[in-house]
Amino acid sequence: MKSPVLIAVSLALLTQSGWAAEIAAPRRAELFNLLKHDCGSCHGLSLKGGLGPALTPDALMGKPVDFLAATILYGRAGTPMPPWRPFLSDLEATWLAERIKEGVR
Amino acid sequence: MKSLFLGFLLMACYAPLSADENRGTGDLGIVVERANGSLQVIESSGNTLLGRIEGLGDLSHASAVFSRDERFAYLFGRDGGLTKVDILQRKVVARTIQSGNSIGGAISQDGTLVAVSNYQPGGVRIFNAATLAPVAEIPAEYGGGKPSKVVGLVDAPGNRFVFSLWDAGEIWVAEMNDPAKPVIHKYKGVGMQPYDALITPDGRYYIAGLYGEDGLALLDLWNLDKGPRRILGDYGKGQQKLPVYKMPHLEGWAVAGRQLFIPAVGRHQVLVVDTETWREVGRLDMHGQPVFVMSRPDGRQVWVNFAFPDNDTIQVIDTQSRKLIKTLQPGKGVLHMEFEPRGEEVWVSVRDIDRLQVYDTDSFERVAEWPAMKPSGIFLTSRAHRIGL
Repeated sequence: MKSPVLIAVSLALLTQSGWAAEIAAPRRAELFNLLKHDCGSCHGLSLKGGLGPALTPDALMGKPVDFLAATILYGRAGTPMPPWRPFLSDLEATWLAERIKEGVR
Repeated sequence: MKSLFLGFLLMACYAPLSADENRGTGDLGIVVERANGSLQVIESSGNTLLGRIEGLGDLSHASAVFSRDERFAYLFGRDGGLTKVDILQRKVVARTIQSGNSIGGAISQDGTLVAVSNYQPGGVRIFNAATLAPVAEIPAEYGGGKPSKVVGLVDAPGNRFVFSLWDAGEIWVAEMNDPAKPVIHKYKGVGMQPYDALITPDGRYYIAGLYGEDGLALLDLWNLDKGPRRILGDYGKGQQKLPVYKMPHLEGWAVAGRQLFIPAVGRHQVLVVDTETWREVGRLDMHGQPVFVMSRPDGRQVWVNFAFPDNDTIQVIDTQSRKLIKTLQPGKGVLHMEFEPRGEEVWVSVRDIDRLQVYDTDSFERVAEWPAMKPSGIFLTSRAHRIGL
């Protein structure tokens, strides 16, 4: 079990070093489809919220990318948010968190 | 295979039904194309697509009910849009953005009222089914004014609407005899986080599934004074649940004799409940987390689809032997299944490969396939005459 701090730091490093750009285009399309449709089944297709909270840039103001990436990977205890770790790498979770932060149309 | 090819060939050159052609609507239906805010009008006698209706907004998780003449459909969109479409003329006839964020709706027993359940702000709003003019509003407040998301809204005999409050853990029954002044009966403490609900085909029992704890909440609408009770409360007690990548739906009431088939939450199982005693009488291990557990209209088979990442598969249960008899792999993103009224065929939406498929429920052969843009919910007009749909 990695410590949350370590995860946060490594995610931050990934983001800063721009590795996210190295996700191949077909996989990015898959991730985007996942975001719209699978995340969207709770958060809404346009991520304006549903049973789960809105994931718009406004709603996520003040929540850093590494926090969001960790939530994606490990879920949130006490809520229906499941861990997506079995399906996503750290890099991919960070890439998704960045897309959400900048706003998905 | 030949028929598939023929299907695509026909698709390329089909002539749309002319808007004023004399025609019944009993074999028609609509399919939600969620990404584009459009509907496909389908026809189940020849299994073809008749044409598209556009301009319905955000249709993720959209559902529909029908007017009793089966000509109009009411669409409940995620963006709070309530849209009335004319299926024959294939056009939008009325549309209102009634809230910020809605989840589903129902049409009253007498067909005059449409109710919409909302996430944001919570509560239920009631509209005139002819005009979509607002008629009444039921704020779902609890614990001193906190708003609750509303789920599992259904119609019930006696011109009532029944629904559940996700945040509050309550079930409310709204009597609509005076549409502008609904009389509300509230049942508190039914369980944590009711996520969806169903009503039995006779309109007697309302059952809400619970996400936040084990079991389901059962309300006998013939004996409201007895209040809600918990059923299957000790199912899976103390066991760690699996993560749920998509909330199950309880729309399909799957009954064979006195057996009810329902999806387990956080487990890769379908539960079988005896509807006389409301006790569990069996469980079946499945391919993944069930989402829809749908009965063929004759109750002989139950078809089950699954949550991500197992959503490329459908499994079929024989209700007599309570055994799995078939596993189908239509493709990635099987979102919904809708049986034709007498059950000989079933329509399946396969989102990720942008396809609508039709299967023979006896041979399990695929008998038709059509392109559609990210299809999700499929709704045939025969729902117009079923309680709770």
